[in-house]
Amino acid sequence: MAKVVSRIEPDFARQAYVVEALKGVGIVTRQFVRNIFGRKDTPTVQYPEERKPYAARFRGRHRLMRRDDGQVRCVACMLCATACPANCIGIVAAEHGNPDIEKYPTRFEIDLLKCIYCGFCEEACPCDAIRLDSGIHSVPSMTRRDQKAGVLNLMAIGAPSIAMQGGEFKAESHGGDSH
Amino acid sequence: MHITGNLLLDTILMAAVKMVGFVFVFVMGLATVLTWTERKFSAVLQNRIGPNRANIGKMRAGGLFHMIADPIKMLTKEDFTPDTPNPYLFRIAPVLALIPALLVFVVIPFGPGDNFQISGVDAGILFIFGIASLNVYSSVIGAWASNNKWSLMGGLRISAQMISYEVAIGLSLCGIFMIYGSVDLQQIVIGQGTTFWGFIPAWGIFLQPLSFILYLTCAIAENKRAPFDVGEAEAELTAGWWTEYSAMGFAVLALSEFIEVVMIGCLGTTLFLGGWQIPGVQGSTPGIIVLQIGAFILKTLILVWLQLTIRWTLPRFRYDQVMRLGWRILLPLALANLVLTGVVLAVIDRF
Ligand code: SF4
Ligand code: SF4
Repeated sequence: MAKVVSRIEPDFARQAYVVEALKGVGIVTRQFVRNIFGRKDTPTVQYPEERKPYAARFRGRHRLMRRDDGQVRCVACMLCATACPANCIGIVAAEHGNPDIEKYPTRFEIDLLKCIYCGFCEEACPCDAIRLDSGIHSVPSMTRRDQKAGVLNLMAIGAPSIAMQGGEFKAESHGGDSH
Repeated sequence: MHITGNLLLDTILMAAVKMVGFVFVFVMGLATVLTWTERKFSAVLQNRIGPNRANIGKMRAGGLFHMIADPIKMLTKEDFTPDTPNPYLFRIAPVLALIPALLVFVVIPFGPGDNFQISGVDAGILFIFGIASLNVYSSVIGAWASNNKWSLMGGLRISAQMISYEVAIGLSLCGIFMIYGSVDLQQIVIGQGTTFWGFIPAWGIFLQPLSFILYLTCAIAENKRAPFDVGEAEAELTAGWWTEYSAMGFAVLALSEFIEVVMIGCLGTTLFLGGWQIPGVQGSTPGIIVLQIGAFILKTLILVWLQLTIRWTLPRFRYDQVMRLGWRILLPLALANLVLTGVVLAVIDRF
């Protein structure tokens, strides 16, 4: 059955319009006075000067975490590149001198123009090497090439990670970390 | 011969001084400030902040510099002319809007005596109607010359709307002429200097309240501003009849709209709020004259404020609603008001 919409038939007072218009003027003026004396209802954030803090779970620019000795944590396992729905991670792996580490990326490139900031790479990574928690909003640039974030670039905002390579957690050796 | 020549020169000089003082400083100045006020005012009452970015150094002054920034922008922008067979008509339309808008101030008495009226035309109000209704040519010619269907639709609507409301606004003011027995604006203002029952000033708004409402409604409709902006109709016709105007052409059209806002305020003050009269203050010392000019300006500002508030309060009328309001409500009301005033005046005369 069709829904019957109930209509309010305007009575004479409403149709005469003048009283309603004056009421409207009253409402508008009250709001004007309220906003002049204190701006209580203005939600605007004056952007470049004032900024709203991002939510704790905000996914911003990627960063590659570091080991304690400053080397990249990534072991070039390709899990993030496989998980990435936008297919925007390019990794070239090379053998590491240290037999415990096995591999490391000589090239690690994220095409930020393709990236949808979904965070799947972060979830897929088995060794906490890539994160999106930098809090930096995606950065504009003049050329497309500048939107390809390379390994140095990604590591520059990286930090030592407290997670242990291989899964064990050794709290005592990683005390002074900010994350 | 020599003396008459001097007199003529004096008259011309005097008129020029008044013209500059009243029209160019007060009216144009107020209209310019209104371009900022309208945006800021609407912003504040809609919980927004409004223009505040134009700055000189660190100074922002609440966006006041937008008044300077706008003309600079308008002067340096590309002045686009559409592909039209009538480029001259297209160019002349803004001028046709500006000149009548400025010309009507010639007969407005902004102070007591001939010194405070640029020209004391006997048929002052008829002059105003005659000149002000030339405005419709600007819209129609501009719309036609734009060679654009939106513009043409807007121009068509405006011509119908303005002609309809011209009738009602004329009739709504007839009651005033009947009461004060003159169409000379200075005489009407002088007639409003008395009081009745000792304390209510004999202002038009108290003697003819219905007429005041009709006047304000029709005047806002004549000015084509919201809620009667069917000719511009952003939601339907992009910008209606001035879609094609850019740069200075647009600026002049927008400015003449604000000048008309001031004009409605000045005329409303003169006819309904007692012009420069302050109840209970009589005399002709310089101090009192200054006070009276101040009163005129204050009253004008109040009416301008009212227009701005109404513009930001009421939603737009649809085109058919505008026409119905004009012909089926305002016109009969104006006629009824006229008849009633006539009957009451006849009764008062008789007894
Ligand atoms: S955030 Fe998503 S789209 Fe961007 S690199 Fe990681 S997995 Fe790919
Ligand atoms: S960032 Fe993580 S998931 Fe991606 S290749 Fe490096 S270790 Fe593997």
